[in-house]
Amino acid sequence: MSTVTTDPHAHAEHEHHGPAKGLKRWLYTTNHKDIGTLYLLFSLLMFFIGGAMAMVIRAELFQPGLQIVEPNFFNQMTTVHGLIMVFGAVMPAFTGLANWLIPMMIGAPDMALPRMNNWSFWILPFAFSILLASLFMEGGGPSFGWTFYAPLSTTYSNDSTALFVFSVHIMGISSIMGAINVIVTIMNLRAPGMTYMKMPLFVWTWFITAYLLIAVMPVLAGVVTMVLTDKYFGTSFFDAAGGGDPVLFQHIFWFFGHPEVYIMILPAFGIISSIVPTFSRKPLFGYASMVYATSSIALLSFLVWAHHMFTTGMPVAAELFFMYCTMLIAVPTGVKVFNWVATMWRGAMTFEVPMMFSLAFIVLFTIGGFSGLMLAITPADFQYHDTYFVVAHFHYVLVTGAIFSIMAAAYYWLPKWTGHMYDETLGQWHFWCSLISVNVLFFPMHFVGLAGMPRRIPDYALQFADFNALISIGGFAFGLSQLLFVWLVVKCIKGGEKATDQVWEGAEGLEWTIASPAPYHSFTTPPEIK
Amino acid sequence: MALKHQPVVIKLCLLTAAMFGFGYALVPLYDVFCDLTGLNGKTSTMAATAEAAIPDKQREVLVEFIARPNNNMPWVFEPVVHKIRVHPGEIHRIDYLAHNITGRSMTAQAVPSVSPGQAALYFNKMECFCFTQQHLTAGQQLLMPLQFYVDPALPEQFSTITLSYTLYEVDAVAPVTAETATGDNNE
Repeated sequence: MSTVTTDPHAHAEHEHHGPAKGLKRWLYTTNHKDIGTLYLLFSLLMFFIGGAMAMVIRAELFQPGLQIVEPNFFNQMTTVHGLIMVFGAVMPAFTGLANWLIPMMIGAPDMALPRMNNWSFWILPFAFSILLASLFMEGGGPSFGWTFYAPLSTTYSNDSTALFVFSVHIMGISSIMGAINVIVTIMNLRAPGMTYMKMPLFVWTWFITAYLLIAVMPVLAGVVTMVLTDKYFGTSFFDAAGGGDPVLFQHIFWFFGHPEVYIMILPAFGIISSIVPTFSRKPLFGYASMVYATSSIALLSFLVWAHHMFTTGMPVAAELFFMYCTMLIAVPTGVKVFNWVATMWRGAMTFEVPMMFSLAFIVLFTIGGFSGLMLAITPADFQYHDTYFVVAHFHYVLVTGAIFSIMAAAYYWLPKWTGHMYDETLGQWHFWCSLISVNVLFFPMHFVGLAGMPRRIPDYALQFADFNALISIGGFAFGLSQLLFVWLVVKCIKGGEKATDQVWEGAEGLEWTIASPAPYHSFTTPPEIK
Repeated sequence: MALKHQPVVIKLCLLTAAMFGFGYALVPLYDVFCDLTGLNGKTSTMAATAEAAIPDKQREVLVEFIARPNNNMPWVFEPVVHKIRVHPGEIHRIDYLAHNITGRSMTAQAVPSVSPGQAALYFNKMECFCFTQQHLTAGQQLLMPLQFYVDPALPEQFSTITLSYTLYEVDAVAPVTAETATGDNNE
């Protein structure tokens, strides 16, 4: 494999294809590694902006009563926190990982559509500038929740809604372009011998995620357009006065919204399926079943949207249908969890930071999955609906699920990206601080939720005071812990122990056969897969 | 290389466009679905013809009437009776009072909704002020009729039907009510 490592260097020097200098390198780049880096850094920035909003929310909720912010501003914080974290932090982080890793994992020289790749990244900062700028408008930014239910977003919203709609449009276009790129890359640029069933699971999960994106992001674009025309152009999609129906909004939104939650978790499954075998020094247990489980989760995700709407007054037959379909998803998800555990079984395990985050993912994501099952039970959902129990549920699957998997991925591939090992001690500190604080933050939310504390409210009844103070402390600690991560990443980029090509003793896959740091151009001649 | 990508890219772009269209197609699909199931509690906008249904004297259903003007609507709007017990199949007539307390002429449209939603399919209106728009001059009062019967086929589990009207000012939502107005003229 040494030929592969030396080849790209020679090629780059020969044709002067190294990166351009300065800002232009990043502005005009069509290199998948540069674009991947841009996505990841952008996502990190958004993670901290969205996180700062979460800190405002937790500071206000530290005590009952209104202390720090106006209720209207509080609502803007919950809304924009959700939007930023979903569309600005989690999704671009996965797209960044896809850009960096998919070509290296399938032996391709770059993404299939590099110029479009540049566009799909560079429109994102505009989308989020528009969204964030709307917070400074007269009357404030969007305050109707990230789910922008009509009529809150139509009849009762202010004019920043137009900016919200356009920013969502741009985010959607960016995601769709990214998804098209991923699919074309995977279908057309696999190295000779890399059949579909030999692809690493991260590639598989992204392949399926990309189809989900193409299927539902246009529906989101449609529903925000309907909100826009209802508000400004006199249509009545969601206005009963004109023959529309506000409940229709929820159906269309969640037809997008439920596949969207799998868009945010399927690549995470791929990451965990890459990391667990490496640190267990065993091949992944049940590769084929993982592929089929991922596909069936994706298909089922189109049949469960109305479990977000049990309290809208559906016929019992429909409630039962959506309840059973939702519970059915637990089966392929369970297959995955069992496969990860079986991979570890009798493995020669070590516990470096990527593995620690992966183990935490498996345990905590499963907790989030179980609270999801509780929410799926229609009659029980009438109690849980719109309480902090729901908040606890989706933060377990998105923070200790998606975000933890992204952290694991960052630690796992950072040596390949930078050529340096990260500081293991600092990484362990980051992990343990995050693990403890995230549970102090989100676990008590189950209890206050079951006791009836509603979500999206800046004030609460006195009996929830102690738990909320505890939750806020956990929140601040979790927020501060993430600064350790930034310090670690900066340190790792600047220097550190040289990483070997394989980096991890048990690592397998094409990306570990090229040099560390990965050369600017890799696999210009495709490797042969046996 | 680019030639190899083109067919896939075109297919994916078509899929994207189709899914955007599908989002919009959900609107009429939802209406059809609701018409068939009564899911959203919308009653028919057509006048029902009086069938020679034999009233089911054995059974009584409580019909409740709720009426309210929309938030921005300054009229007084209420049913004269708030609830009656009916035998399914019997034709009843009740009146709603509308009073334009403002100093200007206004046009209004009442939008009905039945709860529980599935009972909407069995609530038949032979005559209703909601089929047309109501025009009241400043200070004018009007008794508006509603003639209905409950279909004897109403499933056993429904013993109470609530009919709710919300009254909207038409000028505020001109483009779409123009459409409903033409539909109503046919009846």
